[in-house]
Amino acid sequence: MANLAQQLINGITLGAVYALFAIGYTLVFGVLDILNLAHAAIFMAAAFAAFALFGFGVPLVAAGALAIVFGGLLGIALDRVAFAPLRARNAGTLAPLISSIGVGIIIQGVVRGTFGPDQHRFAIGSLSTAQLTFGPLSIGALDLIAIAVAIAFMLALNYVLMHTALGRSIRAVADDRIAAAILGVDLERTIALTFFIASALGAAAGILIGLQFGTVSLDMGSRIELKGLAIIVLGGMGSITGAVLGAFILGIAETLSVALVSSSYRDAIAFALMFAILVARPSGLFGKKSLRSA
Amino acid sequence: MIAFLAAHSKLIDQIGINALLAVSLMISLRAGQLALAQVACMGIAAYAGSVGAIAYGWNLPTSMAAGTLCAMAAAALLALPTARLRGVFLAIATIGFGEVARIVEINVPITGGAEGLANIPNDANTAWIYGTLVAALAALLAFSRGPWVLALDAVREDEVAARGCGIDVGTVRFGALVAGGAVAGLAGVLYAHANFFITPGDFGFGRMEQVLVYSVIGGTTSAVGSALGAAALTILPEAIRFLHDYREITTGALLLGFIIFAPRGLAGLWQRT
Repeated sequence: MANLAQQLINGITLGAVYALFAIGYTLVFGVLDILNLAHAAIFMAAAFAAFALFGFGVPLVAAGALAIVFGGLLGIALDRVAFAPLRARNAGTLAPLISSIGVGIIIQGVVRGTFGPDQHRFAIGSLSTAQLTFGPLSIGALDLIAIAVAIAFMLALNYVLMHTALGRSIRAVADDRIAAAILGVDLERTIALTFFIASALGAAAGILIGLQFGTVSLDMGSRIELKGLAIIVLGGMGSITGAVLGAFILGIAETLSVALVSSSYRDAIAFALMFAILVARPSGLFGKKSLRSA
Repeated sequence: MIAFLAAHSKLIDQIGINALLAVSLMISLRAGQLALAQVACMGIAAYAGSVGAIAYGWNLPTSMAAGTLCAMAAAALLALPTARLRGVFLAIATIGFGEVARIVEINVPITGGAEGLANIPNDANTAWIYGTLVAALAALLAFSRGPWVLALDAVREDEVAARGCGIDVGTVRFGALVAGGAVAGLAGVLYAHANFFITPGDFGFGRMEQVLVYSVIGGTTSAVGSALGAAALTILPEAIRFLHDYREITTGALLLGFIIFAPRGLAGLWQRT
């Protein structure tokens, strides 16, 4: 029983970071109908940025904060370079997908050129390995911080979306871009800020994962990007609540399956689930019911 | 000249195989379906053909036939549940299919797992690869004025109107997926026999992304264009070797540049519509 509870805790830790990543994905899809495949690259680049800053002696929290802002700015740049020109000529939904792949490749190339192809470990002893124990259960201090940061960001996002003018604009653009523009919403500014938020969240996820595992590597992004896809499909594309729920469900399901079943098919669970959802109920748990056409 | 070709024969083989893959993706893209399952079908065929060649001593044609049939079966299996999915959802479902296939390949003992399958007979030479490529291109070009390929174009342009003209959209989509799977299957078996060593990682999303790049740069609706795109982008990393770790940036920049400024790709140079 205690083992199950421990696995649950591990699953929640994993789920929290998955959630931060998935929210960024689903936010952009919900607002712009774009599947941003460069999200994972920003996730990875921000982790490297935090690693580099930390290596230069910047204190951890400041390095993390700066890297998050860096991620957000990358997101704005991404929109300017890859999506805005396509929006201007009404290029549909498949072209932005492909251009996001292009930018993702570029970002990966820049990181590889700057840092080389190897993994990088945080210096031994620089990260806290403290464990907190509650009876038979234990959780790392870093993991606890990760959960706390993730939840804080999610609450902050919810506040922004529900109680600020910016949030209202974002929701309006997500509902109906043209109507929002007619009603006076500054489209380009709203979209840019949406990308900032989404990418900053993805960056935060990257930094937290980097800290949890103590390493940053070029393939961090590719490992999580397809899982993120599964999560937002499960939760319903465009729904933030769905993304959060889906992330925790996946995190717990993965850890439990490793503990109870077998570790080799762990990743397959996410995709099999995703495939099943797409076939049976494409709108996912919380997504909009209508089946979008291409 | 002959010496130059001989020295680069591995690269030339690679170009041929990548061209086949690009053509297989093009078939689906031409129907307006972003179905990213071709590399998964390639992998299935590669393993099917290789296991047969190693265990039962099949020669290349038998291996190709068996592998392609397996790939087509997989594509058919994929096409049925995804019949109602469009756009991004179809892309995601096919990516998921690809990932499941890859994970199964890692775990099923017959495939040799993550360490890969070795000792595949190395009997796919350049002639076989290019013969298949030319046959595929010729077939597509021969049919390009025929009702089947025109139906593909119609479904891409406007699915509702196509239905109104009496075109069975479901059959067209199914056919496109299976045909793409067949070509990808051929590419897969040739790849396995040309490299005599395959791993599940060879057939993952990374390669699928690359094939997508070939198609976009070559022209998503043109068979010859896709082949040219594959050729150009297979040669490119070799040609810009001097950029070392910055080579990726060039590929990404090319993809970005093409999709924004030249969305019809290289084929835009000669296509009229």
